[in-house]
Amino acid sequence: MLDTYRKLETPENIDLDIQVAGPVVRIMAFTIDSLIRLGVQIALLMLMTLLGKFGMGVFLISTFVLEWFYPVLFEVLNRGQTPGKRAMGVAVVNDDSTPVGWTASIVRNFLRIVDFLPLGYLTGLVSMTVNKDFKRIGDLAAGTLVVYRDRPAPAAPWPESVSSPPPVALSLPQQRALLAFVERRNQLTLARQQELANHLQPVLQKQGDEAVNYLYRVATWLRGGR
Amino acid sequence: MKQELFEQHHRPQWEAFARQLDALERTRRRQRDPVTGFAESYRELCHHLALAQERRYSPHLIDYLNQLALRGHQQLYQSHHNVWHYMVQFILLEFPLACRREWRFIAVSAVLFFGSLLIMAAATYHHPSLVFSVYPDTAVEDFTRMYDPASKALQDEKRDAGDDFTMFGFYIKNNIGIGFQTFASGFLLGLGALFNLLFNGIAIGAVMGYLTERGFGVTFYPFVIGHGAFELTGIAIAGAAGLKLGYGLLSPGRLSRKQSLINAAREAMPLVYGMFFLLLLAAFVEAFWSSSSRLPDLVKYLAGSGFWLLVLAYLGSGARRGSG
Repeated sequence: MLDTYRKLETPENIDLDIQVAGPVVRIMAFTIDSLIRLGVQIALLMLMTLLGKFGMGVFLISTFVLEWFYPVLFEVLNRGQTPGKRAMGVAVVNDDSTPVGWTASIVRNFLRIVDFLPLGYLTGLVSMTVNKDFKRIGDLAAGTLVVYRDRPAPAAPWPESVSSPPPVALSLPQQRALLAFVERRNQLTLARQQELANHLQPVLQKQGDEAVNYLYRVATWLRGGR
Repeated sequence: MKQELFEQHHRPQWEAFARQLDALERTRRRQRDPVTGFAESYRELCHHLALAQERRYSPHLIDYLNQLALRGHQQLYQSHHNVWHYMVQFILLEFPLACRREWRFIAVSAVLFFGSLLIMAAATYHHPSLVFSVYPDTAVEDFTRMYDPASKALQDEKRDAGDDFTMFGFYIKNNIGIGFQTFASGFLLGLGALFNLLFNGIAIGAVMGYLTERGFGVTFYPFVIGHGAFELTGIAIAGAAGLKLGYGLLSPGRLSRKQSLINAAREAMPLVYGMFFLLLLAAFVEAFWSSSSRLPDLVKYLAGSGFWLLVLAYLGSGARRGSG
């Protein structure tokens, strides 16, 4: 199964869910970063040619820094995010989800030249697709992961609804499914909600809109409403 | 406990914790208000998350708590150290110690690099035409003209401080870039590092042998002796770091191959930092000292020999500390 969620057990003895980022979103982040880097270099080149030989020296040094340290500086100083990664909502972390430090970040970014071989990041792409955590060679050597860092959208307010007890005893996963159904109602069309609710017809003895409203009531009861 | 009651009870705590996180995540430390009781709030939140998971509360609530716990985890387990303090400590202490610890890789790398350099220099000295098998004709013409004692004085006159700085930038970009590449390409079972060591050894050796044979040593050696102390040792150490990386992948011992690679990379990094430091010094010396035409050759020879002794004593200083 293609599941990108990973369980991380912390010293506090709880399991945290983290979601690893796949090749497509990482390629997009990389493209954004490349464009930014190119833009900065062109701007610097124009600015520095005005300063003559001294400017040329500064330009060469800044090229060196951009080439080798652009991702490193951002990842270490900006909580694992280059501008491209920030735009895509992903970040680099260590395998245990702690913030990435200088050594790990330098290893993963210097090894880009291996990932690049034989051309166009082919090795990195192959490595990402055969690895369950989408790690390229640099990530393997540094022990790092690229994960989503999304802020979950605030839950839609719970619908105003009276509560009624469930018609039959529900197991915990079933209760959870009902709660999820109500929380996700804004992402589902009315027709789809009714379609889902109709599956429960043998239990609820209700159809369509009536069934949906009944589910709202049961979920409200489960959640603790009176 | 029903979810609604649970949320009512604890939501103020979660919101307070989220505010603490916001404050800690602000990039500028000076604008931060001091945060107290963070670890306690974090433990409390972990407890709530565990409860919510166990009681199968709704996915939204669990996601919300999970996200807060993740952010807390990141804050709690990050390492704060003072970079400048660490740098001084690294240069004075840890780099020489790392050289002692990795002396086997450094020895192999140095033999490969200096060996190929000297052999190629000797071969080119006896058969000067060998230089054309390493360099294209135009490049040979260029460095012949550059080190020809007859035209050297004229070139020196034309060179100014601006040129020095341009060359400084060039040496940084080019030489340190090669150093980093040598390290990273070591991942290819050490072959990349091996190639870079031999390639650079042969390229430098060919120039040295050829110019010596032409009798241009009087301009060549005073120029290279100073920065050579930092640059050549830097390249050898870059090679050692690359070989170590490749060896970690090739021969994991009792570790998993992945873990062995991670360990090798981490242990090779002090060599990379140290090599960066040496090559930075080399670029500085090459641009502003070696190229200076005002300094008499004798001074350059004396100082250059001094640099060599200094670098070797520095790199060897870990051995004294290690055994003492």
